[in-house]
Amino acid sequence: MADQILVGTRKGTFLVQKTGGAWRPRLVGHAGVCCNYAAGDPHTGTLWAALGFGHWGAKLSRSDDNGETWHDASQVKYPTDARYLGHPMPDETGELAATVLRDATLLKLWALAFGPGGQIYVGTIPGGLFMSKDNGDSFQLNRPLWNHESRGGDLANGRGVLDTHWFGTPASEGEFAPGLHSILVHPQDPQRLYVAISTAGVLESPDGGQTWLNRNKGLINDYLPNPEAEWGHDAHCIALCPGDPDHVWQQSHNGVFYSADGTATWKRVSQPQQGVHFGFPIAVHESQGGTAWVVPGKADTERMTIGGGLFVARTQDGGRTWEDLRAGLPQQNAYDVVLRHALGYDRGRLAFGSTTGNLFVSEDSGATWSTAANHLPPIYSVRFA
Amino acid sequence: MAKVELARHLCVLFPQLAGEELQVEASTVAEVVSGLEARAPGFAFYVCDERGRLRTHVNIFVGEVRVSDRRRLTDPVMSDSRVLIMQALSGG
Repeated sequence: MADQILVGTRKGTFLVQKTGGAWRPRLVGHAGVCCNYAAGDPHTGTLWAALGFGHWGAKLSRSDDNGETWHDASQVKYPTDARYLGHPMPDETGELAATVLRDATLLKLWALAFGPGGQIYVGTIPGGLFMSKDNGDSFQLNRPLWNHESRGGDLANGRGVLDTHWFGTPASEGEFAPGLHSILVHPQDPQRLYVAISTAGVLESPDGGQTWLNRNKGLINDYLPNPEAEWGHDAHCIALCPGDPDHVWQQSHNGVFYSADGTATWKRVSQPQQGVHFGFPIAVHESQGGTAWVVPGKADTERMTIGGGLFVARTQDGGRTWEDLRAGLPQQNAYDVVLRHALGYDRGRLAFGSTTGNLFVSEDSGATWSTAANHLPPIYSVRFA
Repeated sequence: MAKVELARHLCVLFPQLAGEELQVEASTVAEVVSGLEARAPGFAFYVCDERGRLRTHVNIFVGEVRVSDRRRLTDPVMSDSRVLIMQALSGG
């Protein structure tokens, strides 16, 4: 069982450990630097941090001594022939330019995942998946996903089509580019991968990334003319049940979705009257595929807690019913926003952190919570490690 | 040999470039960057992107003139030039 929590924040990387009966955070690296995602490789014990320097760009950092020291890893770099279709904003005259072909450069390192045998996966903005087969000594752009027909095909070699169904994410900081934020490795078949992109949706690869299939059937986007369009879905976060991996959950811009057939189909299981609809992160029980947790926000138009009270919602029946979990969480004047990577789960323990720098931990599946920290920098990721 | 001055943060990130006065044999700004990369592997990717373009929030000055070719860094550098590499206020 993981006995520490790795927290990525706007101003550095924190390690949270339980000492004297309390969870206590400690700044262990990257002071003053944005850490978008930090996680430990369960196969090797190496800790990884996806950094974003305001001036020097996105950089991958690693620690081989449990966070005591960090150093630059081999860096993720887009090949010079990599291009994608961007959606520029209207210019000063109000003119909306047509889709523009852009040279790809790494805008953001956004997510990490780990597989057996030295496999490491990195999700990025503008929407590329990078893979390592040698424990991070080198990373390569996954071309089949980069060249997927849904985003124009192989634009490097001129055979593509200047038409993309992938749209951007506001998390892209300065450019409205797609972001690959969730990577799931099937626990029983590591060649089977799922990714989720804002804003395209979910794709599955059955063969280690050589082919990618649309997995958006059943998703609903209330902001498209056709809400059940094949592409253009804003999945915020996806997570699977390790012990029963056909059960996959999704917190989307348009609600909470659940799949019991390995993403072949989705069903919206939001309960708006209970506040369960909008949010960013989602976590799944290790063996009960119908049990999941979300941290609700009031609405996409009002991204705040509901009534100033912070709560986690849990379902134990595949989304048919939900219960509020509030014990130990602030219920007045609490305006915490919890971002998509900022809810972690590990065998009955949960931890989540907010953009207001508060970190909460539960050791009883969310029934009760304790405050591990206040006043941390805005929290971007929380992972048991 | 051009004299190179780095923002303090770059010296913190690349301590092998801190301390003594840096001098690099170069006739263009691009060669200054590659010269520093040779001494401190990884440096170039902090200052430039994958395509060698100067990062948006980084400035390079030759004397008191900001480089004009941010795409290929072909601005000339003389033997007695003073080259400054620093972060821009816009990226703060």
